[in-house]
Amino acid sequence: MISNLTDRLKQSAARTRESLRTVIRPRTRPLLGAAVVVLVIASVMPWAVSGVGYTTTFSGDLADAGLGGHRLYLLLVALLAATALAPQGNRRRIATISAISAVVITFFLFYKLWKTGGGSGAVGVGAWVAVVGTLALVLVADAMEASPPPRLPGFPAPVDLALLVAGIGGLLYAVVIGLNIDDEREFLSFAVFVGCAVAVMGAFGVTETFSRAFNRYRYVGYALSLVAAVAFPFTQNGNAVWMAVFARVGVFAAAAIGLNVVVGLAGLLDLGYIAFFGIGGYVSALFSNAIFTTVHVHLPFVLVLFMGAAAAGFFGVIVGAPTLRLRGDYLAIVTLGFGEIFRIVAINWPELTRGPNGIAGIPDLEIFGFNFGRPHDALGVPLPYQANYYFLDIVLIVFVMVVFARLNDSRIGRAWVAIREDEVAARAMGINTVAMKLLAFAIGATLAGGAGTINVHIGRAIEPNAYQFIFSALLLAAVVLGGMGTVPGAVLGATLLYAIPEKLRFVQDYRLFLFGLVLVLLMRFRPEGLIPSQRRQREFHDADSGADALGGPAEVATA
Amino acid sequence: MSAEAVEEVAPVLTAQGVTKQFGGLTAVNNVDFEVHEREIVGLIGPNGAGKTTFFNCLTGMVVPTKGLITFRDKQIFGPAPAWRSALLRREHDAHSADRITQIGLARTFQNIRLFPNMTVLENVIVGRHCRTSEGLLSAIGRGPRFHRTEREVRERSRELLAFVGIKRQDDELARNLPYGDQRRLEIARALATDPGLLLLDEPTAGMNPNETRDTMELVKRIRDLGLAVIVIEHDMKFIFNLCDRVAVLVQGQKLVEGTPTEVQGDPRVVEAYLGSPAAGEDES
Repeated sequence: MISNLTDRLKQSAARTRESLRTVIRPRTRPLLGAAVVVLVIASVMPWAVSGVGYTTTFSGDLADAGLGGHRLYLLLVALLAATALAPQGNRRRIATISAISAVVITFFLFYKLWKTGGGSGAVGVGAWVAVVGTLALVLVADAMEASPPPRLPGFPAPVDLALLVAGIGGLLYAVVIGLNIDDEREFLSFAVFVGCAVAVMGAFGVTETFSRAFNRYRYVGYALSLVAAVAFPFTQNGNAVWMAVFARVGVFAAAAIGLNVVVGLAGLLDLGYIAFFGIGGYVSALFSNAIFTTVHVHLPFVLVLFMGAAAAGFFGVIVGAPTLRLRGDYLAIVTLGFGEIFRIVAINWPELTRGPNGIAGIPDLEIFGFNFGRPHDALGVPLPYQANYYFLDIVLIVFVMVVFARLNDSRIGRAWVAIREDEVAARAMGINTVAMKLLAFAIGATLAGGAGTINVHIGRAIEPNAYQFIFSALLLAAVVLGGMGTVPGAVLGATLLYAIPEKLRFVQDYRLFLFGLVLVLLMRFRPEGLIPSQRRQREFHDADSGADALGGPAEVATA
Repeated sequence: MSAEAVEEVAPVLTAQGVTKQFGGLTAVNNVDFEVHEREIVGLIGPNGAGKTTFFNCLTGMVVPTKGLITFRDKQIFGPAPAWRSALLRREHDAHSADRITQIGLARTFQNIRLFPNMTVLENVIVGRHCRTSEGLLSAIGRGPRFHRTEREVRERSRELLAFVGIKRQDDELARNLPYGDQRRLEIARALATDPGLLLLDEPTAGMNPNETRDTMELVKRIRDLGLAVIVIEHDMKFIFNLCDRVAVLVQGQKLVEGTPTEVQGDPRVVEAYLGSPAAGEDES
């Protein structure tokens, strides 16, 4: 009975959708224009009723007419939607993405106004108009026909370079703006707008051109990224909050790149990666004369860094050697177990680790007489002491990146790909698969250990419960989200997963749920990750475009 | 048998009493087999005769139950010395598949096993893996030796692609190649390991007559490079036109071995493929 009823409901919903589509389809352009106009008008109208509920806390009063707060981002999203009127570009994708963005911004704010104001009385006229405009945009987007995104022709060098500067500079600018938005909810709207803008550029083929330019002028691209990363602390005016967060993010990003060697290059699933991070951390905590250390030896940090990395690599070999002979998921299970063993040993070995209390009072780093605990002034800008660690992270990341990129493009990297593709055939080609997998595993562990030694100095303490399974899962999620097998992907993934929750405190309770949701959506719509490696991009999409994708840019440019 | 003519040349591969049992099933039963330098040997037999299992035994993809296999006087598989079998509780010494490839046996697969998401050139380059030794530090440090090796590997791989006659772009994905080119690419990849003996498992399966003829020419040219070749094939015309010697495997045992003419005329071979009239009557 019930299934019969739901079937009928589904059918009638499908019929309604189809009839709406047939009505709208011939008139998508004027209707889209109308929806955009409605949204633009809505975004300058008052959304809240003065004196009731959630009216104002941030830039611009929602009860007044004019731009301010969320409404600015809605306006920008509406303008992005208007680009679907352009003759080129994937119109359906533009309309769909901006419709989704508008829905998130509008309904989130609408709900907030309604809830804090206690009903419809608190919702201003602008919000109602915006709801109408958003719904219209959704309907139009649903009726639009998909078209392939244009492939922009190859550009001359100056254009490509300008694109690189604009892209990387724009990214830095967006980060700085975003971090300056204090209101969490407004930040969410801003983030939605940024995501929408990037996706719309993708629909016009801009992002692809950007990545092509990046590949062509790889060193320029990396140099510009480095400049942007180094410039970031100078935008913070001595504010320590975000430097503290990003000092942490940098360490996790380095660890994520290390994990990417294991997961992305060699195709091994490591679920206990955080343990290697922790091993490095404990080595560092024990040998740097912390207040609560149990080993009263103070070694120079450079030595400790290598010791931590070597210890983690050693355990990597111990864990990997017996299990890598087996196929498939055994490694995942054993590493999962190892991660827990590490934590439990750390809890139950108070003579060395001080058990669950952990080791606190780890002093600041001092490398060659440079004390990382002191704030500095550079170029007239005060830098909090966390910036020192941030710069150290950058050095670490650059090193890890070089290792990653060079291994990837070498005999060893090709052997890893071959093993990932077909282990039997790889062996038949004379590749010692066990040795190659063990190598990847050990490299990953070593890099994690090195990152771990820095991490405990930033936090100034170490305790076993900071190395739970969930952190391994988060690092893995960072790699998958960003894109397996790429360095920028791992960095982006780590940044998103570690920095966004800091900004959006109110989602922290649902953090894991949201990560899960994001990953499911990613697997459905972009399985290769946000910044895919060329190889994975082709793996997933070469078949779609068929043979013409193989012709390369030159052929497309003439077509 | 055509003994004298062939025996003069040293054997590349010798297999004696090779047996492989899967539980109660004896897939390969006490097979003696020899291949000489610059010889093309055909291995035929009805479906399920154990041809591919025999290949797998030779290349280390499966470990034989017993027997002795040597390649250019180097033991690939055989009884272990007493002390080792006592120490490791292993009756036989077996090399892993990758080691055997390094020793000099290369193979192709019945159902093509390329690296589908690697490019054409990369597939061949992977074949050079066991003939190069650039390690971790070399890859990270990138000294002049690294660049020289990379360049040489690329050049050699391109040569091999040209040799087998693949005229596609180097950066095309292997999985997008037409079927015949995939078979040829697999051969190029195997050749990249600088083998002394090439084992081809049904190289013309699914090919049209033209492609089959090309493959026959290719195998002959491979022999002219100085390699010995073993071919499993169901296409009798292909086998009898190409091979110097043919062995027939039936139910895991070697039934007949000899020149194509000898094998072709042998009544036991016809019987094995078609069933003897007497046996047929018995069954009915």
